[in-house]
Amino acid sequence: MKIQLKLNGCDQNFDVSEQLTLLQLLRDEGCYSVKHGCESGDCGACTVLMNDRPAVSCIMLAAQAHEKSVITLEGLDDEPRTGCIQDAFVNSGAIQCGYCTPAMILVTRALLDRSSSPSETQIREALNGVLCRCTGYVKPVEAVLNAVRQQSEVTTHG
Amino acid sequence: MDDELKYVGHAVKKVDARKLATGRAAFTDDIEMRGMLHAKLLYSPHAHARIREIDTSQAERAPGVRAVLTYKNVPRVIFSSAGENYPEPPPYDQVMFDRKVRFVGDRVAAVAADSVEAADSALALIRVDYELLDPVFEVEAACQPGAPVIHDEADATGIYDARRNIAAHLDLLAGDPEQGFRGADLVMERDYRTQFVQHCALEPHVTICYVDEDDRLVIRTSTQVPFHVRRIVAHELQLPVGRVRVIKPRIGGGFGGKQEVVTEDVCAALCLATRRPVRLEFTREEEFIAARSRHPQTIRLKMGVRRDGQLTAVDMRVLANAGAYGTHSLTVMGVTATKTFSLYNVANAKFTGDAVYTNLPVTGAFRGYGAPQGFFAFESLLDELAAELGIDRIEIRRKNFIRAGQVPPFAQIISEGKETAKRAIVTCGMEECLRRGMDEIGWNDARSRPTGRMRTGFGVACAMQSSGIARLDMGSTFMKMNEDGSFNLLVGVPDIGTGSDTIMAQIAAEVLRVDPEKIIVCSSDTDFTPFDSGAYASSTTFISGTSVLKAAEEVRRQILSVAADVLECDVDQLRCQDGAVYDPSGGSISYSDICHRALYEKDQFQIMATASHYSPSSPPPFAAAFAEVVVDVETGIVQVKKVVSAVDCGFAINPQTAEGQVEGAVAQAIGFALTEDMPHDGEGRMLWTDFRSYKILAASDMPEIVPILVTTKDPAGPFGAKSIAEIPISSPAAAIANAVADATGVRIRELPLTPERVYRALKAAQHVAQDTVEVSRR
Repeated sequence: MKIQLKLNGCDQNFDVSEQLTLLQLLRDEGCYSVKHGCESGDCGACTVLMNDRPAVSCIMLAAQAHEKSVITLEGLDDEPRTGCIQDAFVNSGAIQCGYCTPAMILVTRALLDRSSSPSETQIREALNGVLCRCTGYVKPVEAVLNAVRQQSEVTTHG
Repeated sequence: MDDELKYVGHAVKKVDARKLATGRAAFTDDIEMRGMLHAKLLYSPHAHARIREIDTSQAERAPGVRAVLTYKNVPRVIFSSAGENYPEPPPYDQVMFDRKVRFVGDRVAAVAADSVEAADSALALIRVDYELLDPVFEVEAACQPGAPVIHDEADATGIYDARRNIAAHLDLLAGDPEQGFRGADLVMERDYRTQFVQHCALEPHVTICYVDEDDRLVIRTSTQVPFHVRRIVAHELQLPVGRVRVIKPRIGGGFGGKQEVVTEDVCAALCLATRRPVRLEFTREEEFIAARSRHPQTIRLKMGVRRDGQLTAVDMRVLANAGAYGTHSLTVMGVTATKTFSLYNVANAKFTGDAVYTNLPVTGAFRGYGAPQGFFAFESLLDELAAELGIDRIEIRRKNFIRAGQVPPFAQIISEGKETAKRAIVTCGMEECLRRGMDEIGWNDARSRPTGRMRTGFGVACAMQSSGIARLDMGSTFMKMNEDGSFNLLVGVPDIGTGSDTIMAQIAAEVLRVDPEKIIVCSSDTDFTPFDSGAYASSTTFISGTSVLKAAEEVRRQILSVAADVLECDVDQLRCQDGAVYDPSGGSISYSDICHRALYEKDQFQIMATASHYSPSSPPPFAAAFAEVVVDVETGIVQVKKVVSAVDCGFAINPQTAEGQVEGAVAQAIGFALTEDMPHDGEGRMLWTDFRSYKILAASDMPEIVPILVTTKDPAGPFGAKSIAEIPISSPAAAIANAVADATGVRIRELPLTPERVYRALKAAQHVAQDTVEVSRR
């Protein structure tokens, strides 16, 4: 079936099979930041931003993304607000194996779009959608808090 | 001296963090090869059966199918899937495909097809006629006479007692336990049980194989042990090792689960059968049924103690559930015994262990490797002894833990079944771990509240681990210099997400006094990086790191000899700083100029070095974990409020990544203590095969975790480092169980501490209390 979606800002047409998951379509298109961790939407490694909200792509058919905007980390290269979050993850030591990192960064990006000063509880709730087996979430939460701080400084001074 | 350390001991940014933060294609599955096929495995639906007949003809004719493998067309080669040093500890009890299946999830057939869907559809067309055999799931039943014999094949070797389903057996004896028990004022014996738990690395097992232009087999795979994979797969496929190349790209977590050949051999066999690239990636369900898990142990523990808290004797009897194959079984039990007994230096100690086959998924290596099970029992019983004697819980530990200068009773035994030299402990930070942990949790002010509905309790538990396997684990390094003053650092040791590439870069950078960004780390490729045992046994920093240290020192020697010639100065008057060499009079030459001169100008040579390292000793790291819990006695829900984990890791090469190791290990340990389990349906089918049912902790589930790094500087390690990856997982579960007992007065000796188990234990204790009251009234 033919679908159209705005992938990382570009309108694109795809001819896909009905069973193709959005995760598979994205990886076939070279968006390797979108990871396979399970097939049931539980681990969140396959998170993308769909119409700017986090969505798990492993339990979504590509067809369900028809006429929607889908953003992966590849689409946010050189984008300063995402860059600030990425810096925070790097500097806070929040990345161990890095498999869940792209999803965590997208979830953080969506959180900071909605709220400029989320509480730690809100940060944890946002990160609940992405499972991590390496960090115990200690440093990822610190990273988001640091990104929030950084962002508010930019806002204050900018 | 420490003030002079510029790169080690500092939170240097991970050398690979940027590519991971931007989601670059770095992992095994992040490539697409032309003509690549997709593999799927057919698993046994029965826990124990013999295959009477298997018909693959329909599957072979199905659209898109390129190869179907079964026992009929794959040579029968006995092997062990354990990624351990050669020869792997016994038993050798596996073949790629057998005529007999031993658990629900055992391999029956493999298909390579043009797409995952085509491969999946073909599996449904394979007709298998099974002769069902009686299964056995409980270790106690499995080793009784008359139990179904799981390994009755004639060609398996090294099984301890196949007729009794005993895969491996271990007896250890030190001193005279009988006399020790006679000299005790109090002897207690208790039974403990731990459960199956799964590693749950977020990246599943995944392998891509292809045949290269020289007709060699290339295995790109998510592994902790590239060199063991090369050797084991070469053996299975009966290829010379030189015809196989293993590439380890970025790895999405291992925790022991990838210290094993799980997907590589089948993927490689399909690749050779089709001469096409083949990809085999596990689903999450396959991870739970067909990968590996932690050995559940039933532990009968008996301890004798004097009135003052001094242990006089210990007797530990372990029944470990090996699942259907004996991989890692002997060595995991060895760790259970030696770590617990050595921490408390019990002179009179006896250990008897049997790893027993059952018709359940295979257990193998998992972070901690037998220590978390052993310490759960040991640390629980220490608390019970202290309570009975009326002495402080910290004091009974202080009375007994090993000190620097002492020789642990089993120090010389068990390195993958071999003996090593008897060596005294050189550094022990246990006391500081206890003291700083107590301060952080507020131990002396910690007021347990053992009344009301919500009861607060505090617990402590200690642990020790090792730093690599003495006289066995080996790491090696190749390092060379480039014209811009950068260095290629090629190490066999694979970074599996721990940050070891960064540790290696920091060590080399420190020796050469150059920014770690100038160190280009490559790990691992069996064609280009020299041998390393692999990322396991907490060996990476201690063993492989020392090989980097040695190679960097040799590179520095060569740099200085060129500099001495240019600066017309004695080598020992020179010093390296910020990528240049300085003489005492202020003259200098940059690394870039030194390399140019060596490559192009005079007495040309490549500045480079190789180094290997193995260690006659394995200095143990020590740890104390403290837990604060709240128990809801109406529901049995245990809420962990805070965990403090103080770890003597010798010296943290990178304090930030070291803390990360502690935090992640504590999170896994809390799951082990409270939520994680692998129940089956009574017929061996796993019930929890996704993250909705198998609960690993999410961000909001986490308590406050406080890591404390204690420095002791062991002279055997690079810059004083011992190890940190495994030790923090070994004691939090016991600390939590001890805190639950502190809060409720009820001792639960089985993990996990689910609400149901806690509730039932509390109710049972209430009934006992009521019965006692009634008896006394009568």
